[in-house]
Amino acid sequence: MRHLLSTQDLSLENAIRILDTAEEMAAVGEREVKKLPALRGRTVVNLFFEDSTRTRISFEAAAKRLSADVINFSAKGSSVSKGESLKDTAQTLEAMSADAVVIRHWASGAPAQLATSGWIDAAVINAGDGTHEHPTQALLDAFTMRRHLSRLNGTDSTGSNLVGLRVAIAGDVLHSRVARSNVWLLQTLGAEVTLVAPPTLLPVGVEHWPCAVSYDLDSVLEAGVDAIMVLRVQAERMNDSFFPSTREYSRRWGLDDARLARLDTLGMKDTIIMHPGPMNRGLEISSAAADSSRSTVLAQVRNGVSVRMAVLYLALSGDLRDPPPRLPPPRTAVDNRPNTRADETRENAR
Amino acid sequence: MSPEAAAAGASRVVMSAADIDRALTRIAHEILEANKGSKDLILLGIPRRGFPLAQRLAAKLAAADPSIKADAIVGQLDVTMFRDDLARQPTRAPERTRLPAAGIDDKVVVLVDDVLFSGRTIRAALDALVDLGRPRAVRLAVLADRGHRELPIRADHVGKNLPTASAEKVRVRLNETDAASSSWSGADEVVIEAGL
Amino acid sequence: MTAQKTADQAGPEAAARYLIRGASPLGKEQTDLLVQDGRIVEIGSGLSARSATVIDAAGLIALPGMVDPHTHLREPGREDAETVETGSRAAALGGYTAVHAMANSSPVADTAGVVEQVFSLGRDAGWVDVRPVGAVTVGLAGKQLAELGAMADSRARVRIFSDDGICVSDPVLMRRALEYVKAFDGVIAQHAQEPRLTEGAQMNEGKVSAVLGLAGWPAVAEESIIARDVLLAQHVDSRLHICHVSTAGSVELIRWAKARGIKVTAEVTPHHLWLTEELVRSYNPVYKVNPPLRAEEDVAALRAALADGTIDVIGTDHAPHPSEAKDCEWAQAAMGMTGLETALSVVQHTMIESGLLDWEGFARVTSVAPARIGRLAGQGRPLAVGEPANLVLVDPAARWTVDPRTMATKGLNSPFSGRVLPGAVVATFYRGHPTVLDGKLNSPYRQANPRGIQGEH
Repeated sequence: MRHLLSTQDLSLENAIRILDTAEEMAAVGEREVKKLPALRGRTVVNLFFEDSTRTRISFEAAAKRLSADVINFSAKGSSVSKGESLKDTAQTLEAMSADAVVIRHWASGAPAQLATSGWIDAAVINAGDGTHEHPTQALLDAFTMRRHLSRLNGTDSTGSNLVGLRVAIAGDVLHSRVARSNVWLLQTLGAEVTLVAPPTLLPVGVEHWPCAVSYDLDSVLEAGVDAIMVLRVQAERMNDSFFPSTREYSRRWGLDDARLARLDTLGMKDTIIMHPGPMNRGLEISSAAADSSRSTVLAQVRNGVSVRMAVLYLALSGDLRDPPPRLPPPRTAVDNRPNTRADETRENAR
Repeated sequence: MSPEAAAAGASRVVMSAADIDRALTRIAHEILEANKGSKDLILLGIPRRGFPLAQRLAAKLAAADPSIKADAIVGQLDVTMFRDDLARQPTRAPERTRLPAAGIDDKVVVLVDDVLFSGRTIRAALDALVDLGRPRAVRLAVLADRGHRELPIRADHVGKNLPTASAEKVRVRLNETDAASSSWSGADEVVIEAGL
Repeated sequence: MTAQKTADQAGPEAAARYLIRGASPLGKEQTDLLVQDGRIVEIGSGLSARSATVIDAAGLIALPGMVDPHTHLREPGREDAETVETGSRAAALGGYTAVHAMANSSPVADTAGVVEQVFSLGRDAGWVDVRPVGAVTVGLAGKQLAELGAMADSRARVRIFSDDGICVSDPVLMRRALEYVKAFDGVIAQHAQEPRLTEGAQMNEGKVSAVLGLAGWPAVAEESIIARDVLLAQHVDSRLHICHVSTAGSVELIRWAKARGIKVTAEVTPHHLWLTEELVRSYNPVYKVNPPLRAEEDVAALRAALADGTIDVIGTDHAPHPSEAKDCEWAQAAMGMTGLETALSVVQHTMIESGLLDWEGFARVTSVAPARIGRLAGQGRPLAVGEPANLVLVDPAARWTVDPRTMATKGLNSPFSGRVLPGAVVATFYRGHPTVLDGKLNSPYRQANPRGIQGEH
């Protein structure tokens, strides 16, 4: 694996490989020494053009547990906000010998451009781009669901997929990179996905996606569901007439107390409630739902570090980017000028 | 290459299933003897083939000493993340590390691997152990020692010493790990293949 | 198969006399054409080469010089992107003898002064007729009509008016503009894009935008404006031209309007005849354009409409940008593609080699119809004795690989970069003078009486 840009182009084999590796990484998190030397001497840059403390510290913890050096580069207060282009920033990082760039960007496609433009040679990990994708979020969600499923089945989660798991994704699908990444990954892993949203918050073209679409959360719950993923809804969308009011939104599409109780009366005792965070309590999810024993919100955060360790490890351990140190050419009598470059190379070769 | 070697398809069997079993039986007795009994013994196999070898050794220990419960003293130690060649090799997915419930602190840990070659895997295993606890002693048992050490490491218990050329490859095939592979002959074996 | 200039037969006196030997006018039977003093003076086989420069045109097709109704030359204001000089060189190399320069320069071409400046720059360059398009509204701001009459009466003799890049979305303003230009036989060229429906829009809205998470640019934003404007044009009985039609739905609306006798003409770009939204999956901003690349069905509908006359003309919408405007995030990249030097080849590939159009049809959509829409005398004329010698010789068998760095335009933003295209311009005659020979720039046309030019300044 060279880059992780989206889940759409992630094969089943690679998806399982990442999740299995994450299982091993999770075991490290339970040890007294929560550190592996795998990425010693490697430099991981967290390049954030958009604020996201949660995602950044998750990637930072992951890189540090693998002993990588971490540089945080936030667009705020840097030259990036003064009009420096993505290209110049990328070339700066290249000059600093970054081995991996974890990029969060407000523009859809910025990670793909970084990976394909030739501006930089590092591995590129998409940490969320615009309304496009957030692949590590989907991977940590799948990891959480897989562990849940294998606990119910009493099987080992390693090597397993999500065949048969019924997942409802409810909320602002239109603006959600989390929803997109989840739809592709869950489809690859064999889960059955239903998107539930007001028609205004579903993209035109959603009919081509490998999932079902519903406008009615209650009927989706009644049909049976093993995991409900609630997406964050920004109250400001109300101003653009995506929905009339936050009250109407939560009544029709929110996971409120009444719907939480319905899960019990419908006999779905093992159904989990997921949220990528940060939550708008009282809008898309009630506090009771967020804090219930069904909620996996904190497990998702914990699993995020393991999944990101796996992604960084697989992206970075595979190939040596620099050629092995070359021995300096034999110095001739003619060429007796000090050759700094050759001296350095010889130093490295020792 | 001699005509005989060419006729043999450039690969020769150096340990049969019976040889392997005998070697493990001997190693099991050596371990008990060196440890003056079974007290505090833990066997940690290094994936992939070290683990089934550790299980087989544990079974033999249990047969020799009824106070031993084989399952309780065997574990697996993955060393992938501690290797010194991670950046030079194709990506390796890590294997699971499983320790016996009793842990390894103050135990006598016997690392078990199939072939001892450069010693780098054992170096990585020693590093991995440090992050997991503090054994009283660490020993090394290998099915085959083919020489060509690159680090100051030696095995305490060796099934068979195999003089090899460095270009040759030593293949260990075990029922637990290789029965599904196309090269499976139907029984455990250790084979030396000519290098290319 | 390149033209051979046998200059040894021509004395200095005969510099303005050219014998085009064995060309196929509009792809029909071979003949010779004698060009002298800016006109076609003789047509027939076996014409005498006496004192003429002979162009061996065997295997070449002779076409009327192409007329682009829609070019962005960027001057004045963005000379880093393109100048009248570089843009009109590109036009000549692409087989054009006239281009209409869009009004979105800086300052905007919304006064007689600016359009005359562009007109003069074009004439001084001498590669093609540069006909400025006047802005419909002051500063393209969509609030108040620009002085359309003054621009029409200026030496630039503006006949096409457009706020191109921005839609004249106010229906009252659009109605007034349509009515007003009737006073001087003008036409409003509408950039059909409902602004509210396309706020922040990045690409065609559909199955690809849904996946890429790029804000959608719905077809209805174009179609709703076209529907409104053809009804307005009918109501006030005015001429309306629709720039760069890009959707199958737009084609249906225009077909309907033409059937009702509404005076609407329509244009399609070469890139919309070929490229689709699938290319956006690369996030490469070279594919970012306004209107956006659409779906396969739209491309098919546009080709059919150009073939059956529903769409009248090819307009390049040549839009050069400096590289930094494209070397960035998709959402921040400028919209637009270069097109002057690839238009002929792309139309040959999409329309002629697909069997939808013959070379006569090619001449109709690239020369005759655009000249008529722009009321451009001396352009888009038949290849006949006595007609102005604005013509182009094309080698339809040529194949070439697009490399923007070798082009005359300053813009590197060709969406066809790296593709192998059919058909090459071998020679372009502008007012009887070869601006392009052997596929290379020759020299600009110079008016016989330079003092006369200066006198007009």
